[in-house]
Amino acid sequence: MGFQVSRSDGVTLVDVEGQLIVGNRQELKQKVLEHLENGDRKFVIDFSSTGYIDSSGLGVLVSLSKKIREQGGELRLSSLNEDLRTLFELTKLDTLFRITGTRAEALEGF
Amino acid sequence: MFQQRVEDGLVLELPTDVRSIEHAVEYVVSRCGGCQDHAARLRLNFRVGLTEALANAMLYGNGRDPSKRVRVEVTLGPDQIRARVTDQGTGFDPAAVPDPTAPENLAKVGGRGLFLMRKLLDEVSFNDRGNQVTLVLRLDAASPLVRGGAQA
Repeated sequence: MGFQVSRSDGVTLVDVEGQLIVGNRQELKQKVLEHLENGDRKFVIDFSSTGYIDSSGLGVLVSLSKKIREQGGELRLSSLNEDLRTLFELTKLDTLFRITGTRAEALEGF
Repeated sequence: MFQQRVEDGLVLELPTDVRSIEHAVEYVVSRCGGCQDHAARLRLNFRVGLTEALANAMLYGNGRDPSKRVRVEVTLGPDQIRARVTDQGTGFDPAAVPDPTAPENLAKVGGRGLFLMRKLLDEVSFNDRGNQVTLVLRLDAASPLVRGGAQA
């Protein structure tokens, strides 16, 4: 359970293990912002090990995407299962993010 | 977390601590022994819906005040799960919450909790004071994941 951060070809990868909800959203925000402050600009958040996301989790992704864009960077999301895709489509956030099927697709051309 | 089993259901008393939400939701889901045929609706709809109700109760209802508590009463029936969440706040007007999918609200950080509850649960109702929400998830094989048949 938690957030595992790694680097691959200049891209910061964050794996969300378990839930991304109101109880742990600040931990994700803090980890990503630390890397942003350290100069990282390309981020992929991968959800292949994620159970569910609540509105607070969606909100923190919106917030991070905005902050990364303000610094000239980009946030991509990858490996959402059918449940998670449903949440993004319901809230129309699928129109706000670049969402890819796999982590490899997210890294392609980044 | 205080918990009490009652006939066909359970009652939880939670502290106002958002870190307690995940455990409480998993506990309620684990008590629904007859729900396994409805795994998708339980996994997504009920988990997210109850998480939203508890978060709203703690963050907005109780105003993050750790001295206040949230009461959860769950009834597990053969054809539905009913969860009533009550906070100790002054209540709010659910009709005043704007549509988070409107273009002007889409990039806002907050405001999606009530919307998700209404989309994912079969019934969402509030008491007059606005400090108690009742969620109903029907355990009907024909029920779509998303209300209105807009299943993705």
